[in-house]
Amino acid sequence: MYDVLIVGAGVVGCSVARELSGWNLRIAVADKENDVAMGTSKANSGIVHAGFDAHTGTNKAIYNVLGARMFPELSKELDFPYRQNGAFVLCFDENERGKLVELMEQGIRNGVKGLSVLEGDQVRAMEPNVSDKVVAALYAETSGIVSPYEMTVAYAENAAVNGVEFLLNEEIIGIQRTKDGFEVKMTDKTLSARAVINCAGVYADSIYAMVSDKHIFKITARKGEYCLLDKKCGGLTDKTLFQLPSAMGKGVLVAPTTHGNIIVGPTALDIDDKDDVDTTFDGLNKAFNTAAVSVPSLARRNIITQFAGLRAHADEGDFIIGESDVDNFFNVAGIESPGLTSAPAIAVDVAKQVADKLHAERNKNFVSRRKGIPCFAKMSDSEREALIATNPLYGRIVCRCENVTEGEIVDSIRRPVGATDLDGVKRRTRAGMGRCQMGFCTPRVMEILCRELGKDMTEITKFGKGSHVVVGRTE
Amino acid sequence: MTNRDIVIVGGGPAGLAAATAAYDVGARDIVILEREENLGGILNQCIHNGFGLHTFKEELTGPEYAARFEQLVYDRGIEYRLGSTVINVSADKVVTYVSEKDGLQKIKAKAIVLTCGCRERPRGGINIAGARAAGIFSAGTAQKLVNIDGLMPGREVVILGSGDIGLIMARRMTFEGAKVKAVVELMPYSSGLNRNIVQCLNDFGIPLMFSHTVVDIKATNGRVSSVVIAQVDEKLQPIMSTAQEIACDTLLLSVGLLPENELAGYAGVQLSPVTNGAIVDDQMMTSVEGIFECGNVLHVHDLVDYVSEESTHAGKCAAAYVQNGMTATEYVPTCGTNGVRYVVPQKIRKDTNYEQISLRMRVANAFRNVELAVLLDGEKIVSRRRPIVTPGEMETVVLNSELVERVKHGSKLEVTLLGGTK
Amino acid sequence: MSKQFICINCPLGCHLEVDDSDLNDIKVSGNTCPRGKIYAISEVTAPKRMVTDSVPVDGGDVLRVSVKTAAPIPKEKIFDCIAVIRTVRAKAPVHIGDVLYTDVCGTGVDIVATRNAKAI
Repeated sequence: MYDVLIVGAGVVGCSVARELSGWNLRIAVADKENDVAMGTSKANSGIVHAGFDAHTGTNKAIYNVLGARMFPELSKELDFPYRQNGAFVLCFDENERGKLVELMEQGIRNGVKGLSVLEGDQVRAMEPNVSDKVVAALYAETSGIVSPYEMTVAYAENAAVNGVEFLLNEEIIGIQRTKDGFEVKMTDKTLSARAVINCAGVYADSIYAMVSDKHIFKITARKGEYCLLDKKCGGLTDKTLFQLPSAMGKGVLVAPTTHGNIIVGPTALDIDDKDDVDTTFDGLNKAFNTAAVSVPSLARRNIITQFAGLRAHADEGDFIIGESDVDNFFNVAGIESPGLTSAPAIAVDVAKQVADKLHAERNKNFVSRRKGIPCFAKMSDSEREALIATNPLYGRIVCRCENVTEGEIVDSIRRPVGATDLDGVKRRTRAGMGRCQMGFCTPRVMEILCRELGKDMTEITKFGKGSHVVVGRTE
Repeated sequence: MTNRDIVIVGGGPAGLAAATAAYDVGARDIVILEREENLGGILNQCIHNGFGLHTFKEELTGPEYAARFEQLVYDRGIEYRLGSTVINVSADKVVTYVSEKDGLQKIKAKAIVLTCGCRERPRGGINIAGARAAGIFSAGTAQKLVNIDGLMPGREVVILGSGDIGLIMARRMTFEGAKVKAVVELMPYSSGLNRNIVQCLNDFGIPLMFSHTVVDIKATNGRVSSVVIAQVDEKLQPIMSTAQEIACDTLLLSVGLLPENELAGYAGVQLSPVTNGAIVDDQMMTSVEGIFECGNVLHVHDLVDYVSEESTHAGKCAAAYVQNGMTATEYVPTCGTNGVRYVVPQKIRKDTNYEQISLRMRVANAFRNVELAVLLDGEKIVSRRRPIVTPGEMETVVLNSELVERVKHGSKLEVTLLGGTK
Repeated sequence: MSKQFICINCPLGCHLEVDDSDLNDIKVSGNTCPRGKIYAISEVTAPKRMVTDSVPVDGGDVLRVSVKTAAPIPKEKIFDCIAVIRTVRAKAPVHIGDVLYTDVCGTGVDIVATRNAKAI
């Protein structure tokens, strides 16, 4: 019997799990995928929004501002990549300047600090590659960038260290209410829990519908397509560049990533198939061409990869957070943008609500700090020397584009909630994230996974399920 | 930090030839740094034949060709470090490398020869939309999996790109029992050898579809299940009305090679936007004094024999530089015009001591019955008739001692195409 | 009967038309040079191919060694040859040129190693 079952191991589920592990509760997180951060959390803009976008008084506005304030400290505590780089909302039309002021005023009402409206020339003085057509911009000093999947992994690892169990490859098939709580049937097991927290992203409506037919909310999957550019273009912009939503539609952003690439996107298209993260010919064109309005010197030849993610859009438009009409069943649903920014604050609130409801006591052994995988590429030579001296595997470069060592890859596999497939290694260490996109390191990473997990090469997958890298041995 | 005369970054065909040549003109303090656990580089996975006709007058497989050059290195007792990845080269010629055995080491070199080779352009570089599933490989990755690791990338294969690696892999996968359903080529011609089109595709009835590309990749259960291909128009844009779906579990990409010039970049070496390699003079020296480049890191070659030839020259030059230092102050720039995309080297020293200089180049389009001419300050000094030139085949023009003497007194060398039909 | 080939001798890739109705007087057209004619005649009378592959090696520093037919074999025997190679296992040490199988498919041609493998 578990005290709490959290459904979904995205950033929301993992952050809630970590905060809840601060209480003496038996907690499990279940996810249908092979790893954490497999949905929206691995494929989004990676922006810590300042908090001026959402209408004052909404959950989105409240949690955004609270969450954004937590990042500087939290990123140190859990050791994930974050940087406060600032953002511009670019305005291309003299007639729309008023909208910048409205946004700024809304931000001030929401409690955002460091907002100002700048002239086009002032913007270009700070970001020389911004289009000449920009007439003015809202500047938000506190906007930041974060590696969303590394943040999720950090939360998951810390949760696991504090006793949370992760049940991966476990899809929820049915939830029955019992006198003590719930009986949850999954792919391979059935378990009981006193409380369930629904953090199931685009599937949150189906999970909720398993226990309630009253207030059925609908989650729409909104696809966003992105392009990622080579690190050699990293200098194109240091600040995140949004576009003022206009008659031309909702703009796309151009931003640096925490690892020095440039990301452009997303598009926005509501789709029916909640597993459809295929990129499209039109979507990629649209993402790139719209981004080029902000930065005309963006060059297609520098794109190294494209991807698409789904946002979980609730029909009411705001986050749905809290206990539902069903006793001890909590929804944390519709967590679309600024969901990543809000997650830390939502997690603290939800954990408190659940712990109070279950009359839990504080976990005195709670370990709040987590140390990430040492990143060879970012070290000084003397640090590298010292590290190789303690573990020679740090002297073997496996991913030549990102200079990722075998030591880091082994670490990523051995950690709690460790990597079990190629993409898991990639998200944790960046092996394969570079310009050759796994061309050279695929066979090497496969070998290391085999050795560490006691598997055969033919069993290694790209991301679990049927995604086997090879189909067998040559005869 | 240790001091060495010559550090060679990369133990593939270029590095082996450069090391051997440097030794043979008197250099002794040489070390080759190789990131893999074997010398020979990419040749080890190129198990097909067709190598060495120029160099050895016989037809060898890739591993055999590599072994010949490895033997030259062993015979001379030239030092090499395996499993050693160079992570930095500085403008003052300090090479930093790491290995499991040596830890982190810095070597101050008098001369550095960069022979890092090239890598394959990935899917992201050509914007193919669709699923991000297992079953999408660059052709070279698939080649390693099959030939070195004995693993099957898939059973039903579509190959995008008809460069030689793509063609070779079509036959290789066929031998391993896979069904290669089509080789799809964006351009109206192949950059691969006719011999490979005949012996790797036609022999097995594998269709080669020109002016087509992959426009979508579909997947079921995590693995590629089909690709959608379509014809392209003259601007290479897909014509969606011609789209057709081909069921397959594997897509191999053979869509171009890119010189691996990260280290050159760290050292501040000036790169050519056309070749993506360094800009070099007639001794293969880059814009940074004492740093040389040759082989596929300089510009992508189609025959390893030419890599060996170019690298032999670079090795000699590096040794000469260590012995004699730098003298040049003035250069004659070279350029390609009228369909000649680039010329390597990009400049010739006015005081060059070499009696023979090879100009290597590629053309932008295929031409028939064309004259390949070298103009010195507008005056034609070399004329070569070619029944055909194609973008896939590197052209070489050798300037003899008399011509080199004239070039030294000129101010601009131009290689151009005259006449000819597309 | 008329057959068509692409000449492989040079980048021109001449489209060769071969009439082999009289084997004593094979007619070739479409070729630009004499090499095209020689190639076309060999392709209609006795086409041959080198076969390359790799085989597992026991006790070596590498998992597999590459192999080839020591000389070209008749084209129609390619797949029979591949089937034979599938049965071959090498034992380290292996040296380039080592014969790993003799007289493949009655062709009189051996399968030889094209890569060295040290014993470990």
